[in-house]
Amino acid sequence: MSILVDSNTKVLVQGITGSFGGRHASLSLDYGSQIVAGVTPGKGGQRFQDKVPVFDTVQQAVEATGATTSAIFVPPPFAADAILEGVDAGLELVICITEGIPVKDMIQVKDAMKGSSTRLIGPNCPGIVTPGEGEDSKGGCRIGIAPGYIHKKGNIGVVSRSGTLTYEAVWQLTSRGVGQSTCVGIGGDPVNGTSHLDVIKMFNDDPETHGIIMIGEIGGSAEEEAAAWIKEHCQKPVAGFIAGTTAPPGRRMGHAGAIVSGGKGTAEAKIEAFREAGIHVAQTPSEMADVLLKAM
Amino acid sequence: MNIHEYQAKELLAKHGVAVPSGKACQTMEQVTEAAKELFDKGESLIVIKSQIHAGGRGKGTFQSGFQGGVHLCRSLEDAISKGSSMLGGTLVTKQTGPEGREVKTLLVASAENILNELYLAVLLDRETSKPLIMASTEGGMDIEEVAEKTPEKIIKLQVDPATGLMPHQARRIAASLGLPSELIGQASKLLMGVYQTFWQCDASLVEINPLCVVEKSDGSQAVAAVDAKISIDDNALYRHTSIQSMRDLGEEAPLEIEASKHDLNYIKLDGNIACLVNGAGLAMATMDIIKHYGGSPANFLDVGGGATTEQVTAAFRIILSDPNVKGILVNIFGGIMQCDVIAQGVVTAAKETNLSLPLVVRLEGNNVALGKEILQNSGLELVSGDSMADAAQKIVAAVG
Repeated sequence: MSILVDSNTKVLVQGITGSFGGRHASLSLDYGSQIVAGVTPGKGGQRFQDKVPVFDTVQQAVEATGATTSAIFVPPPFAADAILEGVDAGLELVICITEGIPVKDMIQVKDAMKGSSTRLIGPNCPGIVTPGEGEDSKGGCRIGIAPGYIHKKGNIGVVSRSGTLTYEAVWQLTSRGVGQSTCVGIGGDPVNGTSHLDVIKMFNDDPETHGIIMIGEIGGSAEEEAAAWIKEHCQKPVAGFIAGTTAPPGRRMGHAGAIVSGGKGTAEAKIEAFREAGIHVAQTPSEMADVLLKAM
Repeated sequence: MNIHEYQAKELLAKHGVAVPSGKACQTMEQVTEAAKELFDKGESLIVIKSQIHAGGRGKGTFQSGFQGGVHLCRSLEDAISKGSSMLGGTLVTKQTGPEGREVKTLLVASAENILNELYLAVLLDRETSKPLIMASTEGGMDIEEVAEKTPEKIIKLQVDPATGLMPHQARRIAASLGLPSELIGQASKLLMGVYQTFWQCDASLVEINPLCVVEKSDGSQAVAAVDAKISIDDNALYRHTSIQSMRDLGEEAPLEIEASKHDLNYIKLDGNIACLVNGAGLAMATMDIIKHYGGSPANFLDVGGGATTEQVTAAFRIILSDPNVKGILVNIFGGIMQCDVIAQGVVTAAKETNLSLPLVVRLEGNNVALGKEILQNSGLELVSGDSMADAAQKIVAAVG
């Protein structure tokens, strides 16, 4: 078991003929992910790396291949449309890697997705990895841009708004011989599809996940909401880290959503909420794995 | 991206919001002409406002010693005298820092006879992913303070993005603000215009503080946006060319402008340990760990996921242009990036910039052994860090 994706998940890539999408589709194929289709309007009928069929629309790709999940690599002006194309085609899961989508587009996407059964992860996220049993964790499912080889199959769930901090946590675990069930990057934008809390609930229900690392950062209150739920319901140990203690108020720290504004979204408030909820707080990003392992 | 008050008022006026009539002036000739025009029209009182991207202008002080960045003037002579004390001066407010900002533009406008000051803003509600209208009877004050001390005085209303703000909602807010019935229609039109400005311009914030009930010369009352602040979503600027041209580079830190030319995300801070990191979250966490071990970060710098040797060199130049910097911490998690490529970039950059400051490099990930070998054989005096904690402690110790 794992959450969201496993080695059987059939994945299509929107934007597979672009250099960014193509490069990562290729790395995902090497990892063992089932990349069954690509979608680029106007390039239907081509083949990616001589094997993966390319379609003009997501609908065609789904009908021909049975793909249930999409990874989106299209440029920001076209990303909202790409997400909703996946939703309209009835995909179970849409993972949007694209960074730089206007907030208004995401407000409209979220509104349009109300009542839909499709789950959106991201945007502006590194994607999802469920490690496999092979060498360098190959044979699992890698969707997005995370380096596959740092993973190891195991029982820790990782959820984070930041890509490189996820890799940091994963590598700390793997170097200590501890593997991961699934690692989910939910993205650094202020409006996103899946929250920390959504992922924490899935980890809580997943029998193969025995412990959780939750990485947050300044801005918004998603970490506080997750902490409040964890306090009441989570049956697994959770270690947490919040980035941005030293970030000046009113400045966006790289991620569009990483901003302290109007005195809200501070690292101090989030760390306090973690403590209050019994989450084991890592004082520095160097000790995320150690703090969790000690708690277990 | 932030824009000036006068630009914000232009956008608001385009969407039907009542703003006091005024002109943005870059020269004293323009100031004189604009003031004369207003007095000739029969105004007895005008206002001259310094245009900088910072709050607290009224209570600010010019480096010349001249008090106040916003002035009321009763005569043309008065306007010329005060205008010339402000234009070209450097205004220091509680938000500018001690270096202040140069006032290159003055807004010369009619001074309204203000009867009542209210607060109005439209922003994103992150919890619901919907636009949020915030209004309060406590105008002209620091709204964060109002929210903290008297939260019951803040009216909040979420807007359904599919319908936009509906007239009945606008009327409800106007009524909740205690406006008399004869002003409800006018105020709701203004509210609709403010919301349209937010939505059509891809704003991340539209703030009218104060929104005023004013008395007209004929004794009737009206509502007007007396001050205005607008921030635009950077990600949406590509579809607003006219707003792009409102960018004022003079309001941005020169090093941040230079960084943006190289697609680097750099924010200058006050400390003395520069950091160069890939990824926004890791870059923030690197600043935090420097502070944790007793140091002080000089900047936030995210070189992104696919940095080239050229970008790393540009990044080094930028962080070394900050005279406060006494040491550098490079923290790279080479997931997709190859550590040897980064190492080569660091070596090239350090040599090109004749680096003489302490340099600690922490590399992890792809081709890390090769990367470390390149650093060791470079002839550079650098220290290698094994983990983030190790690297942070080493640079803090080296800077002393």
